[in-house]
Amino acid sequence: MFIPVGPDNEHRYYWFNFTTNDLIALKTIMTKKKRNPIWKFFTSVKLALFCLFTLAGASIIGTIVPQNATTGRYIELYGHSTAKFFQLLDIPNMYDSWWFLGLLALFAMNLTICTIDRFPHLWKLATMDNLNTKLDRLRKMGMRKVFSAGSNTQEAVSEVQTVMAQAGWKTKQRQVEGGTLLFSQKSPWTRLGVIVVHVSILLIFAGALVGKFYGYKASVMIPEGSSTDVVYRSTPEHPPIPLGFTVRCNKFLLTYYDTGMPKEFRSDLIIQRDGKVVKRKSIVVNDPLQYDGLTFYQASYQAINGQFTAQLSNEKTKARQKFILQYPTSQAIKWPGKNISFGIVDVSGPDMMRRFQYKIWFSDGKGQPSTFWMNQGSSVRIKRPGNSYLLTVSPRFATGLQIAKDPGVWIVYTGCIMMILGLIVIFFMSHRRIWVFVSEEKGKTSILVCGQSNKDKIGFEKTMRALYKRFATSQLIVEDKS
Amino acid sequence: MNSSQLLNFTTFAYLTASILYIAIFVFRAEKLGRLATIITLAAWLVQTGGIGLRWVESYQMGYGHAPLSNMYESLVFFAWAIAIIYLWLEWKFKTPLIGAFAIPFAFFSMAYASFSTQFGSEIKPLIPALQSNWLIGHVVTCFIGYASFAVACGLGIMYLLKDHHERNKKGKKSSGTSIIDNLPALPIIDDAVHKTIIFGFVWLSTGIIAGAIWANEAWGTYWSWDPKETWSLITWFLYAAALHARLVRGWKGRRIAWIAVLGFISVIFTYYGVNFLLSGLHSYGSQ
Ligand code: HEM
Repeated sequence: MFIPVGPDNEHRYYWFNFTTNDLIALKTIMTKKKRNPIWKFFTSVKLALFCLFTLAGASIIGTIVPQNATTGRYIELYGHSTAKFFQLLDIPNMYDSWWFLGLLALFAMNLTICTIDRFPHLWKLATMDNLNTKLDRLRKMGMRKVFSAGSNTQEAVSEVQTVMAQAGWKTKQRQVEGGTLLFSQKSPWTRLGVIVVHVSILLIFAGALVGKFYGYKASVMIPEGSSTDVVYRSTPEHPPIPLGFTVRCNKFLLTYYDTGMPKEFRSDLIIQRDGKVVKRKSIVVNDPLQYDGLTFYQASYQAINGQFTAQLSNEKTKARQKFILQYPTSQAIKWPGKNISFGIVDVSGPDMMRRFQYKIWFSDGKGQPSTFWMNQGSSVRIKRPGNSYLLTVSPRFATGLQIAKDPGVWIVYTGCIMMILGLIVIFFMSHRRIWVFVSEEKGKTSILVCGQSNKDKIGFEKTMRALYKRFATSQLIVEDKS
Repeated sequence: MNSSQLLNFTTFAYLTASILYIAIFVFRAEKLGRLATIITLAAWLVQTGGIGLRWVESYQMGYGHAPLSNMYESLVFFAWAIAIIYLWLEWKFKTPLIGAFAIPFAFFSMAYASFSTQFGSEIKPLIPALQSNWLIGHVVTCFIGYASFAVACGLGIMYLLKDHHERNKKGKKSSGTSIIDNLPALPIIDDAVHKTIIFGFVWLSTGIIAGAIWANEAWGTYWSWDPKETWSLITWFLYAAALHARLVRGWKGRRIAWIAVLGFISVIFTYYGVNFLLSGLHSYGSQ
């Protein structure tokens, strides 16, 4: 490993803009852990940079070399020796390779230990007692201004309180050596934003692992009018997975725009458990069905060669029936218990609208049978002596469903939400602190106003200048020109 | 009036603004600043109208979807986002000199959208996979991110130019003033690069997450390492590295400027290369 693990000491000061006294307060924790070299290795931000750059670089390989192709394909693309070398490094399945996962694991280790290591410091920064600050530090703070007041300290303190409160800063105060220290802060908890973001990444990793070990992806083709109680993994040697219930595809509907582009793939699904319907839903590509921890996605479809679905209704008796027709293998089909039979005798098409035309032969035992052409999908009225029938014929489809079980997905989503919120907190909010020290020097009341922000210095300077102005316009207080 | 007229006008206006901004930079004609800003703002407003109108037109055609569904529409949105981010930056930093390094990106994006023969500009209906509200969320967030990175890249180039110039000057002693001296001071540019990268990073993170959630709604996997996803993650890793290097290791100036340029190359690859170069590579390989 070629990551230099140099002393990170000088850089620690960059990690936050804390006052030196914060540093002193934290020093004990830091030095304790710094002694262990393995711990130190994993807290190093150099390691994090190494991981980030290497992950970025390695990921490129997988986008250039086709993934999960056949061995023959790699030989064809790159020649024997390179293909063999790739095989050795698991490049054909790179994102699941030992070294890529190892890199991710190293990264996760780095992140975990770094976060644990930093937690006490950040916690301390968010919760520390800022009234216990050394006065020397206040006198050296970047943003500061001194005022004086003609009144006694008591009155000056209550005036400071009023001015601060008017500016939206609620103060706490304490008697300290030489005077009164007042303190006010905004959003100290934003210090913990970094932890939220780092933990969110670990959560996403954890969720992905849960999904990998406790979930699966599978698929199944269900012809219209059929059902299944098993689904299949993509590896053929894997046995079918029993669902514990059945999924039936009642109908598959394919529609097109007038430009000929597909508009919608829709499957009417019914879930049955112990013979009872427990759920039904018509799914489309972006709207899956969820049941029992599984999600059923519309993934593909297939027209079943030589099979057609038909729906026939008797307009007089209102009786309806569904049929599965075959062409050309068998021709006529009978409505059970009735004297009606019909079938497809010829097929032509498709036309501009991608529809096929069917030639139908229909007989109800009264007079001559009817023969006529009709369009796929549209219904046709068949006039017969003393009665009429409505008929719709479509190709018989099988719907292709993708099935996913992923109990980790909510962990991943929680991580995602945490990451976004954490980033917003880190980058768009800041921990702002203002101290006011009121003291009596040579019979005069002196007021030191100073403050600090860990982000957005320019914005904070504006805030401070506005605050100075408020002090200067107070009747009791004047700017100290000395 | 239809949306393509408005968008054609926008292309032309961004070209005009680019020329003006470059003139301001090259000839130190800061007096033109007001005009360049007004043209850019007008172009942006017209473009907003154009995008809105295109949305309405898609409803009139019976397809009804947000104009974010293909290469053409995303390029238009990209230009739109660059222009508004730039205008915000100009307002914040009170100088039109950055314009020469940002608005040309908006123009190129529009010009490429309008004149490329690789894809059409007609309004097309949405294929089933794109029929989701996540389409809007995903595309908008990603492209605001990409646009910030474009601006960060422009600022990075500006930084490198100025930095190079100042180091030369030190060696040779001052040889009169140059246009480059007009650029904002290095620490100010550096700060602007950092802020735009941060802004882009938050949006890109949100965009990748929106894409993952969408993929999970549509296919049942939130992450499948396909080239587009992977490249967006590469880009994200790069910028994450830049943020840490700066905060913790104190990288500043030149290094961050280079990362801003490199990061934007990665953005372009994510956006363009994956669609046209990588697939080209694969189909070339399969012949
Ligand atoms: C891709 C994964 C990561 C993301 C998205 C991320 C995100 C962030 C962000 C947004 C910040 C704040 C930056 C700023 O304030 O400018 C930060 C700070 C930091 N990150 Fe990360 N980080 C990641 C991985 C890591 C890893 C692996 C380490 C391990 C050493 C690490 C260590 C730190 C440290 C030490 C800080 C300094 C902030 C502090 O503790 O106060 N980060 N990170």
